[in-house]
This record gives sequence, structure tokens and C-alpha cells, in this order.
Amino acid sequence: MRRNGRALLFAGLFYAPLVSADWQVNLIEGATEISRSVYNLHMVIFYICVAIAVIVFGVMFWSIFWHRKSRGAKAAHFHESTWVEIAWTIVPVIILVSMAVPASTTLIQMYDKNSAELDIQITGYQWKWRYQYLNQDIDFFSSLSTPPEQISNEQIKGENYLLEVDKPLVIPAGKKIRFLLTSNDVIHSWWVPALAVKKDAIPGFVNESWTRVDQPGIYRGQCAELCGRDHGFMPIVVEVKSPEDYQMWVAEQASLKVVEQQSAQKEWSQAELMIRGEAVYKASCAACHQLEGQGIPGVFPALVGSPLMSGDSAEHIDAVLHGRSGTAMQAFAEQLNTVDLAAVITYERSAWGNQGGAVTVQQIAELLKE
Amino acid sequence: MSSQAYYVPAQSRWPILASVSLFLMAYGAGTLINALSADSGGLLGLGFLLLGALSMGLILVGWFGHVIDESGQGLYSDQMDRSFRWGMSWFIFSEVMFFAAFFGTLFYVRILAVPWLGGEGEKGVSNMLWQGFKATWPLMSTPDMKAFPGPKGLIDPLHLPLINTLLLLSSSVTVTVAHYRLKQDRRPQVILWLLLTVVLGCAFLVFQALEYIEAYHELGLTLQAGIYGATFFILTGFHGMHVTLGTLMLLIILLRVIRGHFAPDHHFGFEAVSWYWHFVDVIWVGLFLFVYLL
Amino acid sequence: MGSIEQSVQSTDHHGPAKGITRWLYTTNHKDIGTLYLLFSLTMFFIGGCMALTIRAELFQPGLQLIMPEFFNQMTTMHGLIMVFGAVMPAFVGLANWMIPMMVGAPDMALPRMNNWSFWILPFAFSMMLSTLLMEGGAPNFGWTFYAPLSTTYAPPSVTFFIFAVHMMGISSIMGAINVIATILNMRVPGMKLMDMPLFVWTWLITAFLLIAVMPVLAGVVTMMLMDIHFGTSFFDAAGGGDPVLFQHVFWFFGHPEVYIMILPAFGVVSEIIPTFARKRLFGYASMVYATASIAILSFIVWAHHMFTVGLPLVGELFFMYTTMLIAVPTGVKVFNWVATMFRGSMTFETPMLFSLAFVVLFTIGGFSGLMLAIAPADFQYHDTYFVVAHFHYVLVPGSVFSIMAAAYFWLPKWTGHMYNEAMGKLHFWLSFIGVNVTFFPMHFLGLAGMPRRIPDYALQFADFNMVATFGAFLFGFSQLIFVYNVISCIRSGKKATAQVWEGSHGLEWTLSSPPPYHSFTEPPAFTSPHRANG
Ligand code: HEA
Ligand code: HEA
Ligand code: CUA
Ligand SMILES: [Cu+2]
Repeated sequence: MRRNGRALLFAGLFYAPLVSADWQVNLIEGATEISRSVYNLHMVIFYICVAIAVIVFGVMFWSIFWHRKSRGAKAAHFHESTWVEIAWTIVPVIILVSMAVPASTTLIQMYDKNSAELDIQITGYQWKWRYQYLNQDIDFFSSLSTPPEQISNEQIKGENYLLEVDKPLVIPAGKKIRFLLTSNDVIHSWWVPALAVKKDAIPGFVNESWTRVDQPGIYRGQCAELCGRDHGFMPIVVEVKSPEDYQMWVAEQASLKVVEQQSAQKEWSQAELMIRGEAVYKASCAACHQLEGQGIPGVFPALVGSPLMSGDSAEHIDAVLHGRSGTAMQAFAEQLNTVDLAAVITYERSAWGNQGGAVTVQQIAELLKE
Repeated sequence: MSSQAYYVPAQSRWPILASVSLFLMAYGAGTLINALSADSGGLLGLGFLLLGALSMGLILVGWFGHVIDESGQGLYSDQMDRSFRWGMSWFIFSEVMFFAAFFGTLFYVRILAVPWLGGEGEKGVSNMLWQGFKATWPLMSTPDMKAFPGPKGLIDPLHLPLINTLLLLSSSVTVTVAHYRLKQDRRPQVILWLLLTVVLGCAFLVFQALEYIEAYHELGLTLQAGIYGATFFILTGFHGMHVTLGTLMLLIILLRVIRGHFAPDHHFGFEAVSWYWHFVDVIWVGLFLFVYLL
Repeated sequence: MGSIEQSVQSTDHHGPAKGITRWLYTTNHKDIGTLYLLFSLTMFFIGGCMALTIRAELFQPGLQLIMPEFFNQMTTMHGLIMVFGAVMPAFVGLANWMIPMMVGAPDMALPRMNNWSFWILPFAFSMMLSTLLMEGGAPNFGWTFYAPLSTTYAPPSVTFFIFAVHMMGISSIMGAINVIATILNMRVPGMKLMDMPLFVWTWLITAFLLIAVMPVLAGVVTMMLMDIHFGTSFFDAAGGGDPVLFQHVFWFFGHPEVYIMILPAFGVVSEIIPTFARKRLFGYASMVYATASIAILSFIVWAHHMFTVGLPLVGELFFMYTTMLIAVPTGVKVFNWVATMFRGSMTFETPMLFSLAFVVLFTIGGFSGLMLAIAPADFQYHDTYFVVAHFHYVLVPGSVFSIMAAAYFWLPKWTGHMYNEAMGKLHFWLSFIGVNVTFFPMHFLGLAGMPRRIPDYALQFADFNMVATFGAFLFGFSQLIFVYNVISCIRSGKKATAQVWEGSHGLEWTLSSPPPYHSFTEPPAFTSPHRANG
């Protein structure tokens, strides 16, 4: 196996437990009104359970201690009592009702999706999130940014190991924001503990949820529904900005768009495409087809030596652009820009001994227009 | 309670053999079905499946034959008879629950899922993904017509399905008449009424087959036609399989009556099959109502 | 084939056949019970080794031992094997051994079918385990196999998984039919339903649940098969179906299923506590009604597993309330056990220790269940290790401890020898410590935000994961003591009397230890315990 990073590896192994000496044993209160009422609900119910436990186990241990044969206890003969039995049926019902009332209130509040100021569509993909700001021209993917070397213990793990992404979701503080959740493939679940929002993203259906965060800050979460191989590796980062900062961010997005369009106009050499393609491949394709293009037999097809990579480029491009329905192969036309698409296809056709040859940015641009 | 000693059968080879056959069938079916998409291994799967099914058939013949012999020898007390009755009743209950799963599916998609996809109700926002899709039932066009092209036409409930309903209902009557005649020990009559029941069962199956042919060839109502086709075929298909099995069992009972089996006061095999037949009948009434009519 | 003469003989000849055919062809409830129990133990070890693989990978952050793909297979197979291979067959084994003896019958009602129910299982599980060697790997979509991860996106081995589930279903249904027929039809003259031991009662209700929900499981896997191979769209919105439909059907089976794994445990504990408290069970009738209420309620709470799928508000409220209600009859059971101990004359042999631990730890698991039932709070708990902690508390120190308790309780009856008490106590204490060290920290992990079914985690979860892994290995290896104790008990040990325990009552304790091959060839004399004690 990989021998070079041995020292680092050991450092990494023993480093991890040391840094996290502060133990988190309870829910966090979170950053929204809802998350705080959930926290309170949680604590109330927890204390009720503790109280019942103290009484029940108290009686039990009392009996264990005093009514044991070795202390000479003689067994009594009673074995039923209608009154007692009715009492301990009714009392729990009353306790439960007292729990159900605040629970229902909080739940009804959570289901009030009215009067949101911003709608964001969130789509789960294996294994990344897409954020589309409805009625605005903002649309991007957000995926794990922890380097693979940290995961394989060759590098020291960073502070936000597995909880960091390339482009976080950005929202303004103090505004009610509605999330419209759906999925492109399997079921995912969008969860940010500090917002107390967890909602499944279900292919073909749309779920609604909302939040209003009081304070700017960075809040982290993870996908919470098993969604295949990299379910553990699709974190969520929400960056809450003050309304002014948020406006600046929105403006910035527009200028980035322009830059991107310009880069698509430029002439790209094959060597440039290969370098860019490798990066795109690692980020978007390697999870399934593996770093060396070898795939996983029976699950994800190999790209090395695949006829698709050496034959007519049109078919290859089609597969990447539009995906293969009924399989895990996604349509990348919506996920990557023209340059990235050309780069990654070129890379796949020339890396690992494949002999397919390059495709050009223009070629892709033509096809996308159709 | 009966004072007769309870009969505990001796060791038997049938169960373990039946387990092996069941395994062969399951393994064969799995291999065969996987071969549909992998285009290899089909023959092997088919081989296992047939081998398993064949041996299972033989085993059941042997096993039931054995039980019939024992019963003929008078080894079974009244208590034993009750055990068989409980066994059969709960088995039928399990079948009812099997169908309940599919009826539940039908109600769920019809009352909730399809309207949501069409923009109604609390989750009507889902329609933003399927603009242009209108919820109807039966579902004539699906959200994604490329993947699931929807049926072109529907089966007229008042034609074949109505005939089939009448056939099955009358077969329930005929089997009951046969039962009464058996209790009166009028054997030729029993044979006649049973034969009639079998014929009605077969006629039902023929019509059902015709209906499937029509559905596939003329109406475009297929398994792949979207959720209406899917629920239609899973419900009618499993029901059809049960009718087939029931008819087969009736046939066996008929042969046994011809051979002179069953006494007027002791004929659990007969009753079990007729219970089963009534169950199949009741399921059909549910089908006729919810799949075809409403 | 046993000729008729032979069969007739068997009613008056006794003792098992020689060699392997004794086990392959047997129609004897005790032999079949033994087979079930051994099978279950084997599966417990296989499933346990998978759990240890999971725990070993989670010992530290980072991927060290196995890849995510295989990790998901381990989680899935661990869940499936423990649920369907270890816990359910163990209870069927206990039912086979004890029910005929408790109701005074010679055997189960349908002995040949009984054999068939058992022998399907090894084949079903061989098929299930063989998927680990198939191309594309074993099922990797969790034991709850949500569509479309388990349909469109599943490895090809899913087809074999489906057929294995069908086989297990057939086996369970036949087993349950047998239990019901035995209980309803084979009681000794004079034993009314309300005279039956609680273990028999809880099994009667469990069997009813099994027959009601196993066919639904068969239905849902059939729909999966159709979606995968025959182009239907049950779980695909593009054709008008709904992936959430899968979950509704699955949990309609799945929730009663968890009570299938706990009701017989309630029965076992209700036998053991009175025995060692030397006092009659408190509130027999309310125990029966509570069990029945739990079973009935279990059909209308299923969507508490689906609070986050986006149910309409009324649905969410309905399922929250019904789920909370289950705490009431369960509480009645707990209170009754405590009241049975109160002013008893208690001793603490191994079965009693396991039962006491059951009462405490199951209740803790029940409390976390109640917290999960609170829908808005469940949004924070769902699919985290808090859920994993909850269900391991009800399943491991719940179901599994009750099985251990039952084994120690009845081993002397089964084998005719006493087990080694010191070793039993050692086993108990190590298990008790191990279980808590393993699963208690999982509450913290879940509340702090660790999702379940992940092979690698953020750094703040490192410490408790390490602790849990230590606990898991401690608990796992302690089970070897149990195996050793069982084997030596079968081989040798102090001779057991018929009554075995000072406080035991009931028909099963009137038979010699070990009991004759055919339990009661003549219906024994029976007097209702109610009449006996006024
Ligand atoms: C033996 C198995 C078993 C048992 C008995 C239970 C019992 C209960 N379970 Fe559990 N549960 C599982 C096995 C079990 N569960 C499994 C396997 C899962 C996860 C499945 C998966 O996703 O993989 C699960 C998941 C699960 C969830 C879904 C969590 C999620 O995924 O988000 C919920 C939610 O409501 C829940 C609730 C309950 C409740 C309310 C009970 C109640 O029956 C508990 C009742 C008991 C008590 C409450 C304690 C005793 C009572 C008293 C002392 C009386 C007084 C008390 C009060 C008035 C508070 N369970
Ligand atoms: C009755 C059911 C049951 C039982 C008994 C157990 C027992 C155990 N379970 Fe689990 N478990 C489930 C049912 C059960 N489990 C279910 C349903 C899931 C959900 C699956 C899913 O998400 O789909 C789950 C998931 C689950 C997870 C979460 C996985 C994930 O989310 O990715 C974990 C993690 O720690 C875990 C651990 C354990 C451990 C350590 C034990 C221990 O108690 C096991 C101890 C036993 C042994 C260890 C075997 C005996 C001892 C030996 C064989 C000694 C010799 C050993 C060696 C030589 C190695 N289980
Ligand atoms: Cu996406 Cu888990
Ligand atoms: Cu549940």
C-alpha cells in the first residue's frame, strides 16, 4: 500500500482524538427560533423521562435491596389491584398529553410555509447538492472539498474535516427563506442541525421547508438519508450573511457568470484541457468510475479501454451530457460548464492509455445549443 | 374434547426436500430474471427454476398423498382436523394481507401520489417538476411520457370483466352446492357441480387471457404504461395466479371425489379448497370494484 | 418415506432417530426448537462479526479498513441478519421448545410443516450471504432498502435478496400458523385462554402480527422486483408512482416487525421475574390486555419512521399521537414487573439478572423511542446515531438479553443439567457493561449530530466512537463465555430436578428434566392458577 505517508499517517491517527477534547453530548440550541423551541421541547421531554425513570427504577432497586431472600424477605401474596392498575394507565396518558401540546404547537409552526422572501430550490445529486435561487440567475453545485488524502489518512485532517464544501449556500440573515427540496436520483435528506431543518429530497416530488436565521454565521450539516456509496461525504454548509453582504454576494455571482462566458470563447489547447479535465474528473466522476478509471465491476463501468472512449466522440459526449436513464450515470450538461465538459471528456478519452482523442469546447457548445 | 390420542407423524423426508426445491426455484428465478438485463446465465436459471418447480410439484403430490393416506387410515382425530382448519384459515388470512399490500398501493397512488404530482393538495408544488401533467384516474398520461407512455385505451368494465365477475360468483355458488351434495352423500351430483366449478374457473382464465391480449395489443395498457398499468397488472395478475392454483386444486378434489375419497362428515380437503375458492372470489369483487369500475 | 406402519408406531414409540436424519427429517418440536436456536446463534455470530467490522472502521475518523461501498454492505447485512436471522428465529426456537410443554401438548399442531419452516431458513440465508460474493457486491441500501436506491440504483444481487426475503417470509408465516394452531387447539382440557402462561399469550399475539405483516413485506419486495426488471413504476414519479409509497408499505410491515421482536421477550421476562421473586405475576389480565393493545396500535404508527419525508401536517400529528400512546400499555407492563418484585423474596440467578437488566435497559430504550415519537424533535434525531442508540437499547439489552435469560432459565429443563452459575454471572456482568459502553455513547453522538450509515465522520465525534468500539468488542467476546457455558451444560453438570427453580410453576416444570421426547402423550391434569391461589 501507500508507504510514503507513514509518519503523517500516524500523526493523523493520534491527532484526531486529541483535538476534540470538548465533548458535545446534547442537542445544540441552534440559530433560529424554531431550533430553540425544538431544543426546549427536547429538554422538557428528556427531564420527564428522567423523572419517571427515577421513580420506577427507584422502586425496583428498593425491592431488589430490601425484598431479597438473603435478607429473609418473605413473598407477599397480592397479585392484582384494579385501582392501582387504572391509576398507572391514566397518569401516563396525562403526562403524554402534556407533552403532545407543546410538540403540536412547534410542529404547526414549522409547517407554516407562508410569506417567504426568498425561494431556493435544493436538489440532491449523488453526492452533491445543487442550489437554484428561484427568480434569480443563481444556480450552482456544492460538493465536498476535503482532500481525499485526509480521508485516507495520508494527511492531517483539517478542522472541518468532512464538513466543508467548495461553494456554500449563501442566505441573508433575518429573512424567511423557503426551501423547495427535490432530488435527481435517490432520496437524500437536507439537514442543518443549527436550523433544525431536516427534510428529505425525493426524486420526482418537491418538499417544502423554511428557515429564518437571526445571526450571520456559518452553519454545517450533512446528508441524512443513505444515498449510496458517498452518503457520508455530501456535507452542507450554509453561510448566513447580513442583508448588505448578501446583496454584494449576489452581485458577485453575476460578474462570475460573465467571466465564465468569456472563458468559453477562448481557444483551449489539448494540454490545457487535460489539466482542467483531470481536476473535473476527480471532483465529478472519480467517485464512481474511480481515480484510475477502472470502475467497480458490476456497479460502475470501467472507462479504461472502454469502446465508448475510443470510438465516435458523439456517443461519449451524449452519455456525459444527458446521462443514462435508469442508471447512476447523471446528466452532466446541467452540472458543468462548457469548458469543464470539454475538458473532462478530453481527459477521459486520453488518460490511462485511452486513445479517443480530444473534443473541443465549440463542439460541446454546439451540442448544448440544440 | 376428544379423548383420542393426538397423532404425531413420524419423521418425514418431505419438508427438507421441499426446502431444497424451494431454494432451487428461488435461486433459478433470481438467476433467470437477472439474465434478462445481463444477457447471460438465462439457461442456467431456467434450468434451476424448472428443476425446482418440477421437484416441488412431485413433492407436493407425494406429501399430500401421504396425508391423504393417513387420513384415509383414520389416524386423524377431530382435534387434528381442527388444527388443519386453523392452519388453512390463517393461511388465507396471510393471503388477504398480501393482496392488502397491493390494494393499499392502489389507494395511495390514486388518492395521494397522483394528485400531488398533478398539483393538488398539500404537496401540489411537486407539479413544478412535471409541468403540463394533469392528474386523472385512470392515469392516461404519465408525468414523463418518454419513460412511461401511458395507455391508449381502457378496458370496458361492463364487458369482459363483468362476464368474469358473473363467472366467478356463480362458481362460488356451484362449489357450495357441491359441498351440500357431499354432505348428503350424493356423489354423482357432487361430481357434476364440481366439474361445473372447474369449467367456470377455466372460462374465467380464458377470458382473463383474452383481456390481457387486448390490453397489450390494442389498448397499450402494459406493465410499462405507468402506475395505472402497474397496479392493474399486479392485482389482476396475482389474482389470476390464485385462480389458476384454485382451479388446479378443485380439479384434484374432483379427481379425489371420483376416486371415492371424502366422507359426508369428514372431508376437510374439500372444505379447504372451497374456502380458498371463496377467498379468490371475494378478492375479485374488490378488484372489479376498485380496478375496473370506480 | 415413512410408511404408514411406521407412522402409527411413532405415536407410541419414543426417542429420537439416530444420526443426521434425526435433524433433517424431524417432526419433533424439541429437535426443531434446538435447530432454530443453534441457527440463531450462528447468525448472531455472523451478524455480530459484521457489527464488529463496522465498529472497527468507525474506531477512528478516516477510512482505514474497508471502503464505503463495503461498509454499506456490512450495515445492511448486519441489520438484516440480526433481525431476520438471529432474533426472530431465536424466539421461534423458544416457542417450539416451550409452547407445547406449557399448554400440555404432545407436540406442535402441524409437526411436518414445522420442520419445513425451519429448513427453509438455512437455504434463505445461504442465498442472502452468497450475495457478498456476487459481482457488484451484496445489498448496500440499508436493512430498510428504500427505493429507488434499492431498485434503479441497486447492485444486481438485489434480485437474490428479494427471493431470500420471500423465503424467510414463507418460513415465518408457516411458523406463526403453527404456533397459533398449537395454542388455540392443543391446550390441555380445562386450560382457558386466560389461564395460559404469558409467554404463550405474547407468542399468540406475535404470531398474529407475523401473519398479518410478513405478506405485506412479500408484497413490497415483489413490487421492487417488478420495478427493477419489468418496467413498472410503483416507486417512480415519472410513471405516477412515488418512492415514499415504498416506505409506507415497508413500515406497515416494519413497525409491527419491531414488536414481533419484543413481545415474546416480554413473555419471557414475565415468566422469569415471578419465578425468582417467588411471587405471582402482578396484574396478569392487564398484561394480556396491554400486549394486545401494543399489537393493535402497532398497525397505526408506521409513519413515525417517516416524519421527515414530508407528510402532510395531519398525518404527522396523527402518527405522533398514536406512537406516543404505545408508551401507555408498555408502561403498564413495566409497572407490573416492578410490582411483582415489590415485596417478593428475590434471588439473583443469571436468568433473573438478565431479566432485571432487561427491565431497566429496555425502558431506557423505550424512553428514547418516546423522544423520537415527538415529530418536531425527531427532525433533529432522525437518521442519526440517536436512533441507532434507541433501537440497540430495545434490541440488544432488550430482545437479545431476554433470549439469554430464557436460555439460562430453560437450559436445565432442556438438557437435564445445571449450567455453571459463576460463569453465567460473569457472562452477565461483562455483557451488561459491554452493552452500555457500546450503545450509551451513541446517544451523545446522535444528539451532537452524527448521521447513521456513514463510514467516516467529522472529528468532534471521534472520542465516543472509540469508546463504543471498545464496548462492542468487549460485549462481542463476552458471548464466547455463553457458548462455552451452553456446550458444557449440554455435556455435563449437576443434575437438574424437574422443578429446577424453587419458584417455578406451570406444566413445563412437571415434566422431567430433560423432558421425554414427546412431551405430553397423555393430557396432564391442569388446574387454573386463578383457582389455585384464589
Ligand atoms: C424491539 C424493537 C423496538 C421497540 C420495542 C421499539 C419501541 C418504540 N420505538 Fe422504536 N425502533 C426500532 C425498534 C424498536 N422500537 C428500530 C429497529 C428502529 C429503527 C429502524 C431503522 O430506521 O433502521 C426504531 C425507530 C423508531 C422511531 C423512528 C426514528 C427515526 O428514524 O427517526 C421512532 C419514532 O417514533 C420509534 C419510537 C418507538 C416508541 C415510541 C417505542 C415504544 O414502544 C416504547 C415504549 C416504552 C416506553 C415509553 C418505556 C416504558 C414506559 C413507561 C415506564 C411508562 C411511562 C412513560 C411515559 C408516560 C413517558 N422507534
Ligand atoms: C437484533 C438486532 C441487532 C443486534 C443484536 C445488533 C447488535 C449490534 N449492533 Fe446493530 N443494527 C441493527 C440490529 C442489531 N444490531 C439494525 C437493524 C441496524 C440498522 C442497519 C441499517 O442501518 O440498515 C444496526 C446497525 C448498527 C450500527 C450502525 C451502522 C451504521 O449506521 O452504519 C452499528 C454501529 O455501531 C451497530 C453495532 C452493533 C453492535 C456492536 C452489536 C453487538 O451487540 C453485536 C455483538 C455480537 C457479536 C460481536 C457476535 C458474537 C461474538 C463473537 C463472534 C466473538 C468472536 C468475534 C470475533 C472472532 C470477531 N449496529
Ligand atoms: Cu445524500 Cu445521503
Ligand atoms: Cu416503529
